[in-house]
Amino acid sequence: MKIAVPVKFVPDLVEELTIDPGGTALDTSWLRLIINEFDDHAVEQAILLKERVGGQVIVAMAEAEGADDFLFASAAKGADQLIRLTGDFSSSNNHALARALADLLKELKPDLILTGVQAHNDLDGSIGPLLAEYLGLPYVGYVAGLTAAADMVTVRKEYAGGLIAEMEVKLPAVLGIQAAEQPPRYVAYSKIRQVMSTAKIEERAVASLDLSGGITISRMFQPEVTERATMMGGSPEEVADKVIEIFKELGTL
Amino acid sequence: MPIRETFWNIPHWAEVAQYITALITVIVFLYGVGHRILRWRKGRPEKRPGNFWTRVWLVVLQVFGQRRTLDETFPGLMHFSIFWGMFVLAIGTAFATVDWDVTHLFFNFQILTGWFYIIFELTLDVLGLLVVVGLGMAVYRRYFTRPARLQNFPVKALEWDDMYVLIMLSFITLSGYLTEGLRIAVTQPDWAAWSPVGNAIATAFLSMGDPTNQTLHLTIWSLHILTAFGVLASIPFTKLFHMIAVPANIYFSSTEPAGKLSAAKVEDGSGVKEWKQFTWKQLLDFEACTRCGRCQDVCPAYASAQVLSPRNMMVKLDEHLWEKTGGHTLHGDIVSAAELWACTTCRACVQVCPAFIDHVTTFVDLRRHLVDLGSMDKMLQDTLANLGRYGNSFGQSERTRAKWTQGVQPAVKDARRESVEYLWFVGDYASYNATLTDITRKTADVFQKTGLNFGILFDGERNAGNDVRRVGEEGLFEMLADRNSQALAKCKFETIVTTDPHTYNTLKNEYAWNGNRPNILHYAELLDQLITSGQIKFSNKLGYKVTYHDPCYLGRYNGVYDAPRRVIKATGCELVEMPRHGDRAFCCGAGGGRIWMDEKDIKERPSESRIREAVTLNGVQTFVVACPKDLTMYRDAVKTTGNEKDMLVRDLIELVYEAL
Amino acid sequence: MDQDIFVVIEHLRGQIADVSYVMLAGARQLTQDTGGKVMAVLLGHNAQGLANSLAADGVLYIDHPALAEFNSDAYQIALASMIKERSPRLVIFGHSSIGMDIASGLSAKLGIPVVNSCRTFTADGKFVSQICGGKIMAEGDLPTPTALITMVPGGYKSEQGQSTQSATMTAASTPALDGIRIRLKQYIEPDTSDLDIARETMLVSVGRGIQNKDNIELANELAEALGCAVSASRPVVDQGWMPTTRLVGKSGKRVKPKIYLALGISGAPEHVEGMSDSQVIIAVNTDPNAPIYNIARYGTTVDMFDLLPVLTDKIKQAR
Repeated sequence: MKIAVPVKFVPDLVEELTIDPGGTALDTSWLRLIINEFDDHAVEQAILLKERVGGQVIVAMAEAEGADDFLFASAAKGADQLIRLTGDFSSSNNHALARALADLLKELKPDLILTGVQAHNDLDGSIGPLLAEYLGLPYVGYVAGLTAAADMVTVRKEYAGGLIAEMEVKLPAVLGIQAAEQPPRYVAYSKIRQVMSTAKIEERAVASLDLSGGITISRMFQPEVTERATMMGGSPEEVADKVIEIFKELGTL
Repeated sequence: MPIRETFWNIPHWAEVAQYITALITVIVFLYGVGHRILRWRKGRPEKRPGNFWTRVWLVVLQVFGQRRTLDETFPGLMHFSIFWGMFVLAIGTAFATVDWDVTHLFFNFQILTGWFYIIFELTLDVLGLLVVVGLGMAVYRRYFTRPARLQNFPVKALEWDDMYVLIMLSFITLSGYLTEGLRIAVTQPDWAAWSPVGNAIATAFLSMGDPTNQTLHLTIWSLHILTAFGVLASIPFTKLFHMIAVPANIYFSSTEPAGKLSAAKVEDGSGVKEWKQFTWKQLLDFEACTRCGRCQDVCPAYASAQVLSPRNMMVKLDEHLWEKTGGHTLHGDIVSAAELWACTTCRACVQVCPAFIDHVTTFVDLRRHLVDLGSMDKMLQDTLANLGRYGNSFGQSERTRAKWTQGVQPAVKDARRESVEYLWFVGDYASYNATLTDITRKTADVFQKTGLNFGILFDGERNAGNDVRRVGEEGLFEMLADRNSQALAKCKFETIVTTDPHTYNTLKNEYAWNGNRPNILHYAELLDQLITSGQIKFSNKLGYKVTYHDPCYLGRYNGVYDAPRRVIKATGCELVEMPRHGDRAFCCGAGGGRIWMDEKDIKERPSESRIREAVTLNGVQTFVVACPKDLTMYRDAVKTTGNEKDMLVRDLIELVYEAL
Repeated sequence: MDQDIFVVIEHLRGQIADVSYVMLAGARQLTQDTGGKVMAVLLGHNAQGLANSLAADGVLYIDHPALAEFNSDAYQIALASMIKERSPRLVIFGHSSIGMDIASGLSAKLGIPVVNSCRTFTADGKFVSQICGGKIMAEGDLPTPTALITMVPGGYKSEQGQSTQSATMTAASTPALDGIRIRLKQYIEPDTSDLDIARETMLVSVGRGIQNKDNIELANELAEALGCAVSASRPVVDQGWMPTTRLVGKSGKRVKPKIYLALGISGAPEHVEGMSDSQVIIAVNTDPNAPIYNIARYGTTVDMFDLLPVLTDKIKQAR
């Protein structure tokens, strides 16, 4: 089975985020990028699937600082083909990215495309369903676990409240991964270094980006905290007393 | 004149048979030893160079002096008695044989005559008694008092091996005495009284008279000879091989600093997957183990959950080599991941091992393979990912590393911008742990009040990597060490000071420094120096009754025991030692990356055991630590053991701060 | 703008998902400011009864056996034809397992822009989206002439999207639902062997700050003293320290207790989504900047390991 995993980087939320002087975007000078965690799960799921049923895994992403490291780490986990899209992605949106990826995937003709169900900076839709539509393939998101047969996959789709729907999807298909069957594996640094000397990253130039279908942001801001909690200070004893008071007020004690 | 007729009552054929047996024994013995040596050579190469006389002296001290064995009184004296008794008897017997069959036979000259012979007889007679006493102690201990550390071996057959040694040695000694007694009973020499034990036995046999006694003598002598040779031949195939393996292991023990872990030996940096990837020295380690169990007794992992026993690890690894793997895989069948992750790398096992086995290096090499497979605790996995990405185990932005300095007046110097005398390597816990900020600031305050010209690396600092390395993530360690080395190379300073013993250890012993290592101090050492030089003068005498916990990486790994104690005393506190202190201090359970792992199936955390140990001390209400991790571990343990009201965990710097 | 706003109602196994009411509430607020009607779009089979509780000006209903259960292929075909036919001003979907499966696909299919993670609309008709884990808000004009929206809860109260008067129902034309490539095989029920935290009136909830499995005992003791249940956030469940049945948040349960005591929970949006409707949230977290304090009524930065034993003792005494 040929599995393609398009992934993207998102701002690292561990770092403090700031808005650029224009007020409509994040300040990229302070921005640090990290793999979208759902995409990380998609890579893991693809490799688990490959380990189970055989085949090859292709990981593709737009160029970004640290992209090569991620691609090599994927190879160390078991990915077979690494692709980096090159071009000017500075003003890109998900529609444009999905179109660029669709062009690539039309060529690669994978049986299955796995991608993260969402990313925390998705503003104009999510990559998975956009890609599915551009490729004319079915899409199911919020997938946590799947089994593959020759021409179809059986997926476990999560709904709110813990309900799971088992669905059969005809291949080829695009799936939005919520969680891999096991947390993304750790790859030792020595292994990545080893892979770096053997694995190759293919470059694919993206001539122009088609941004249509995207949206325009007129203002970006950090939410003002209007209803901040009343803070209770003092020793643990004093805080405990205050908490008990609240319990009593609400008649729960 | 007293003289020895060595082969009295032994017919010529028996004497010849003896030499034939001896020859067979030598062949079997050499075959066995050769087999062992060939197997060691299947391991990876490892250099243990130089220091010839240091090594020889160590062997003399530890083998003939039984130095470490004697650390424990009963087992020590037991082994000492058997060792010296058997050693002298064996030498004496060999000497007598040479005296008779070489010097007497060829040169018609005997050394064993006259007074010299009398002393010889007396010595051997008494030392034989020493062996009997030693063996008696051993039998009593192994089969009557039955200490836990001699029970439950992972390989049941080894109990027969233990029994074999005791039975054979007992038989050799007793049959030797009987042979002597019977000889005296028949020959009744004038000097019989000089062999008190033999003479006493002779008295018992006198009534039987000849020729019964002569026949009996020949029979027992034959059995004695056969057993003796049998035991000699069996040395390479039984526990007795420790007579060769242990001195060899001591001779080849590392002369590097204890805190310097050997790098991953497999070319690609990964660890040991199958036994041949161990070095020959590690294979020798496994064979040198006599399963005395001292390591198990001091192991915090064993005490807290019984998952890992260093003794069992050695036994299992040795067995694995002997059975030629038997289709078993090293990881999984022989050692489990749970065992390997349980080790805190506290080094207590290494410190007590009379055979000088380095368990920790082996565990780390095995862990390296687990890391290579990515097979580890989720929490540890996240921590390593954080360390790789942010350079700290907390997964926080590296930009906030020096957030604790906000509001510190005067502002803490940036060692990357201006030259300082002391570069303070703050470390992850002191930098990021919200509950330790107060202590970190107090440390800064003390440094400032002392007029120390110091600075920090701010966001240029990374986790030093000590425990990353011990987790087995060698590649990440190298990356962290590189980053820190680069940052430090751009700074001008004379001395590095840190409050974290783990950081201290790796900076001091493992960073390359390109042959230009700066002075590296733990803050306990720095404070000690400042107090001695008079730069720190105390205005208060605190008068607390305190106890002190030796951090593993400060004490056992780097031998710093006195400096923190002097500092404590200088603040006017009375120091009461816990039963386990100094190089016997019990680990808090956090080391070797354990602090980053989920605690599973713990019966009693090592830190809790430690606090319970401390509260038994009369009048001690302060538990002093000199390590940020210890502070968090013990503050927690005081709560979980319900000793919050009885014991206050304090950092060394708090005492200094208060006494200033 | 005076065009209709469509709200695609989410329902599973005869139950309307709460986010549907939030969307209706948002749509009503927007039409109050800018005009137009709120039309609930209901897709299903024999599902007319579900329309009763919807606070909408009208219900557009498509009945077809292929729409009996959610199926992104069938939903997209049905909605695409309806949107083309009626060109509404906005089509609002839940930012959920249902809405997210179809909104972006429709955007690509129809060439209509889609706005993700919209939390509120401003009075002058702008969307405000919540991104970067709730740390950043992005505001912009709603694309014209038609825009698709996925909506996150939190901006509007679901009660305001509920009604006791049923709206007029119009049957919409049903396109041919052919070429469906997805088939529902079965539902797997969530584990119901455990108690249902959604029914609890008080919850002691633990997050990553609990540090290890053993410490959960501290929360258990407190809960026992209070006579309530213990719930957890994602990291705790992922570690296997608590069963999934106790998970609060996007992929777990939505809870509305009287008191929600959040211990060592940072307040990630996925968690907040499941508990923001609690009457009173008390947060215990040593990090004073934790986002949980933005939604909690009371908070304290006291170390929970200091607080819990004391609190448990005092509650036992108070009982």
